Amino acid sequence: MDLASAAPAILVRDLHKSYGTVEAVRGIDFDVAVGEVFGLLGPNGAGKTTTVEVLEGYRERTSGIVSVLGHDPSTRPRALRERVGIVLQSSGTYRHATVRELVAHWAGFYPRPRDVEEVIDLAGLRESEHVRARKLSGGQARRLDFALALVGDPELIFLDEPTTGFDPAARRAAWDTIRALADLGKTVLLTTHYLDEAQALCDRVAIVKDGRVLAVGAPAELGVGASSRYRVSWRGDAGVPETRETDDPTALLHQLTSAALARGIGLADLSVTRPTLEDVYLELTAEAVGEPADAGTAAPRRRGRR
Amino acid sequence: MSDAIALTWRQYRLERKMFWRNPSAAFFNFALPLLFLGLLGAIFSGSQTDLDVIVPGIAGMSVMTTTFVALAMNMVHLREQGVLKRLRGTPLPSGAYLGGLAAHAITNTVIQLAIVIAAGALAFGVGLPESWLMLGVFAAAGVVCLGALGVALSHAIPNFDSAPAYVNMIFLPVIVISGVFYDVKNAPTFMSDIAQVLPLTHLIDGLSAAMVTGAPFAEHLSDLAVVLVWAALGTLLAIRGFSWEARRG
Repeated sequence: MDLASAAPAILVRDLHKSYGTVEAVRGIDFDVAVGEVFGLLGPNGAGKTTTVEVLEGYRERTSGIVSVLGHDPSTRPRALRERVGIVLQSSGTYRHATVRELVAHWAGFYPRPRDVEEVIDLAGLRESEHVRARKLSGGQARRLDFALALVGDPELIFLDEPTTGFDPAARRAAWDTIRALADLGKTVLLTTHYLDEAQALCDRVAIVKDGRVLAVGAPAELGVGASSRYRVSWRGDAGVPETRETDDPTALLHQLTSAALARGIGLADLSVTRPTLEDVYLELTAEAVGEPADAGTAAPRRRGRR
Repeated sequence: MSDAIALTWRQYRLERKMFWRNPSAAFFNFALPLLFLGLLGAIFSGSQTDLDVIVPGIAGMSVMTTTFVALAMNMVHLREQGVLKRLRGTPLPSGAYLGGLAAHAITNTVIQLAIVIAAGALAFGVGLPESWLMLGVFAAAGVVCLGALGVALSHAIPNFDSAPAYVNMIFLPVIVISGVFYDVKNAPTFMSDIAQVLPLTHLIDGLSAAMVTGAPFAEHLSDLAVVLVWAALGTLLAIRGFSWEARRG
């Protein structure tokens, strides 16, 4: 691997952004590797869009270090804009132009555009290629957003809440397009407040809340990493649900089953699970409301009687 | 450089194509001044003195609708819809985009002036312009002045729903006070005093000299100066307040 490909596509260090007295971003750090699908996951108002818009060059950061494909995005160099595709949370276009006209026109902005036909197919717009933009449905308009962001054949694509407000079928279609981008070797930075979306698409996720990163990792690792415990649940005496968390489920199960056998009772609904990304997310974002978050030492939760 | 020219040209052609697909924009740019010209021309058809005032007046109004009104409405729309923000994220240079937009507005002005001049000559006995050079100079100054003021006004308009109110609140009184429909000299003093401050009054004076009276350019340099002062002010305000995004909240 040469040095260039070892450098991250995006590097963010101690990023701060204030609007007047409001601190939207309060010290964010993360890297996105070349070819990675990276997600910023968090509730509304967490600072996701502000962070992405700093990286896209729309906003000036208050402080911190930011590098996008080796450029400082705040100066908006054209050389960088030629290599980046942007899908904003919401943006209009020429309402009286057809899908095909728009894709072809946008292609002309870039030095090495993709084939217009290929982009129309990739975005799933073949059936609406002659429809004017103002007549597109919400889902079709979003596909057009994708098409216009892809037609320049960018190395890096920003997707700000790409599926918010979609019905399940449209979401699956958008996910397929994003996976197709990943297969083409593109780097993708997306924001979402949907856990399943982060889990389905992202190689790694940063959980963001109140302008800070609470945890970073692969969705599967994050689930394990936060408390790094297995959860053993069953119904105890009189059907009361019991839950215990442990690093060593084998020993706990042995202990539980031995005791149950000795007493001649069953362990109804016995299960061993690992926390899902959703559990971690809820745990982390709930804590962030109260005291300063310390993602590393999330306390195991207990439900029911001991 | 040739790249920037080619991109400006593509952008211009797209704007032209979109303009003709949007009936309401085409109406406000072309039909409205021509409707006024037709109606007033018919009403005052017995008086050549009045027609000599109305034809250059409508020419001045045409410059204002195709630049001031069109650009103010357009910029608010483009900003609110997020078109400007989206384009800002592409490699398209800002100059190529804004240049295409300006060239599009200027094309409308030229077409509209040509129609008004032709109608004046063929239907209203005004004849062809006495000085094409003077006509060109005043039209160009008017385009820059009223175009810049239109963009500047767009910064003050909070959203597209309120844009027609803001624009007409200025446009309608200005065309009446500036003497589109009558000779300002015949208005009460306080009205003509206000008129003397407004750029459209002086634009119409210059157009009137170029199209009808044939008065020498030297007598109308002060008119040109007033238009250019407004142009400088408008340009300053247009640039200072410029934003690629709608304000939040």
